[in-house]
Amino acid sequence: MDRRLVLALAFVAMFGAPALAQERSIVVASTTSTQDSGLFGHILPIFKAKTGIDVKVIAQGTGQALDTARRGDADVVFVHAKAQEEKFLAEGFGVKRFPVMYNDFVLIGPASDPAGVKGLDIEAALKAIVAKQAGFISRGDRSGTHSAELALWKDCGIDIEQAKGPWYKSIGQGMGAALNTADAANAYVLSDRGTWLAFKNKGDLAILVEGDKRLFNQYGVMLVNPAKHPHVKADLGQQFIDWLVSGEGQKAIADYKIGGKQLFFPNAGMPGA
Amino acid sequence: MRAPVTGLPVLFEQASLRAGDVTILDRLDLRLAAGAPTILLGPNGSGKTSLLRLAMGLVAPSGGRISWGGRAEPGERLAMVFQRPVMLRRTAAANVAYALPGRDDARVAQLLDRVGLAHVAGRPARKLSGGEQQRLALARALARDPEILFLDEPTASLDPAATKAVEDIVAAVAASGVKIVMATHDIGQARRLAGDIVFLARGRLIERAAAATFFTAPATSEAAAFLRGDLVL
Amino acid sequence: MPDSASALQLVLSGDPSLYSIVALSLYVSLGAVILATLAGLPFGAFLALTRFPGRGFVVVVVNAFMGLPPVVVGLAVYLLLSRSGPLGFLGILFTPRAMILAQALLVMPIIAALARQTIEDLWVEYRDELTALRVSPARRVGTLIWDARFSLVTTLLAGFGRAAAEVGTVMIVGGNIDGFTRTMTTAIALETSKGDLPLAMGLGLVLITLIIVVNALAWGARRIGEIRAG
Repeated sequence: MDRRLVLALAFVAMFGAPALAQERSIVVASTTSTQDSGLFGHILPIFKAKTGIDVKVIAQGTGQALDTARRGDADVVFVHAKAQEEKFLAEGFGVKRFPVMYNDFVLIGPASDPAGVKGLDIEAALKAIVAKQAGFISRGDRSGTHSAELALWKDCGIDIEQAKGPWYKSIGQGMGAALNTADAANAYVLSDRGTWLAFKNKGDLAILVEGDKRLFNQYGVMLVNPAKHPHVKADLGQQFIDWLVSGEGQKAIADYKIGGKQLFFPNAGMPGA
Repeated sequence: MRAPVTGLPVLFEQASLRAGDVTILDRLDLRLAAGAPTILLGPNGSGKTSLLRLAMGLVAPSGGRISWGGRAEPGERLAMVFQRPVMLRRTAAANVAYALPGRDDARVAQLLDRVGLAHVAGRPARKLSGGEQQRLALARALARDPEILFLDEPTASLDPAATKAVEDIVAAVAASGVKIVMATHDIGQARRLAGDIVFLARGRLIERAAAATFFTAPATSEAAAFLRGDLVL
Repeated sequence: MPDSASALQLVLSGDPSLYSIVALSLYVSLGAVILATLAGLPFGAFLALTRFPGRGFVVVVVNAFMGLPPVVVGLAVYLLLSRSGPLGFLGILFTPRAMILAQALLVMPIIAALARQTIEDLWVEYRDELTALRVSPARRVGTLIWDARFSLVTTLLAGFGRAAAEVGTVMIVGGNIDGFTRTMTTAIALETSKGDLPLAMGLGLVLITLIIVVNALAWGARRIGEIRAG
């Protein structure tokens, strides 16, 4: 019986004592594209070596990441949907938005290209997909990519809610899962270039539409407002943000390459980003 | 000076036991007093086991009442050995120790010795033979230092050698002053062990007599039929 | 974990990130089973041995909760532990402690339900004997649990299997943070979403091997126990 008592006490102590690991660490809510592309794996060790701060990344879709921040469960939020970010700021949950980097979206599809979109601009491509009712995978998860996809349908004058049918599959998952599904279903999918380059199950898929300026994808970072959530590690969080937009951080982002190709393009200084 | 607390005599007054519509024991009047062993004799299904369970306090009567030494509650110094005793999943010695109030290795050894199981003290109780398990159950019951020891057909599934071993222990226990109340359907066993016989059939007490009288001159036709070897229906 | 390495290579080279993921998986799932047992076993024994109005309903609910969806448990615990939630002040969301707590909640009904059945069955067998020996109710519980220990080990293994195999709970309350809350199952989910299906499958085989090893150790302990005590 003594042993059980000791064990029981140990577990009470374990749960009762608030985070002993209050060491220098912050929680960053970010997107699946920054994780799945391997960017964080590259830049975070550099940041830690310089400052000793452990960055703990929770990778969710943009919408979910912002909600996590609203609940106060993250110190910093790093996503890529400017409209949603500005709403977050307007609600008072963020302190200030800093543009960090951009990449672009690409339209991925099967090499056989059933809708014949290769080489078209994005508007023509999307219209062709709707016309042919070709398989299309949507993130469906309020992520940055999903927001961009919805904005693109709208800009092309397509009411996707009306136009969608069995060919349009909304899976509610991250970019990697969407690419896996597109490969298995021989369908089209909108992806950010970073995740695509790092993706290991490309199968028969290839980039079919790229370079259209409507496919520009901007990333921004914000500190969660300590006025709303006093426990937020404002000092450490700001150090991370400052580093991301500093020369050193921007260089670390630019240095990240897969197969010689750069995935993300730093643009902290770009006005209006 | 206070008289020592005793659970004897065990008195059944019009005690009945019913289960649903079935009457298992029907208005029993019986007095179990200190002295020589009382053997409950009768065919299977006559209610011997139920009588023992009532006397042990494992079940309450559906009608009538039972008292122990004049009190309504069974005392502490009762023990029972079941037809198929349950061996705890531990050694033989640990099984006996379980029944003792505190740790007493000497007493455990003494009890095992009394039933002839000293040589298997450290063996897992479940690995003992049927006869050995029955003797271990006896040792465990005796560990409670009982005033009355109830036994329910303890040798029903044992071979003659094991049966003799158990009977010898029961006789020794009776001789040491413990009141024995034992159920059996074996006439020979009753002859060997009895002081007095309580003969049951179909849930009713048919006859009660000293052993000598019962076997030579049974008073009822059912008892006579049973002793002849007829099926008592 | 390094890119383009097979799971076997990682195992054989003693890759530290793989081994720390394995260690965390064991820590979380074993910790959860221990916690679930401390709470669930006495509760199961209590249900087995007492009668009270509404007992049948409680038994049905406990049995049904063996099938609690992990993702629902994860979500519920997340809302509890979120900074905006009632237990936010503990600050344990996105840490292994939260994962252990959530998995313990998931596993507790399994322990309680199976323990209840085992102990109830044993009580039917032991009832007369323990009553005749005038064993107190408290002591009865201990005796039944001890005598049922081999069956109860199987119960614990069922709980461990459930904990080690699930991903929904630990993903939500742990956040799959690299080097901190990444378990075997969340790592497999991650590698799948990165398209590295061979690595994901390899990790899956490592996980299955791990579970088999734990079961083998438990079986060995049981055999030794049976030989010693029958």
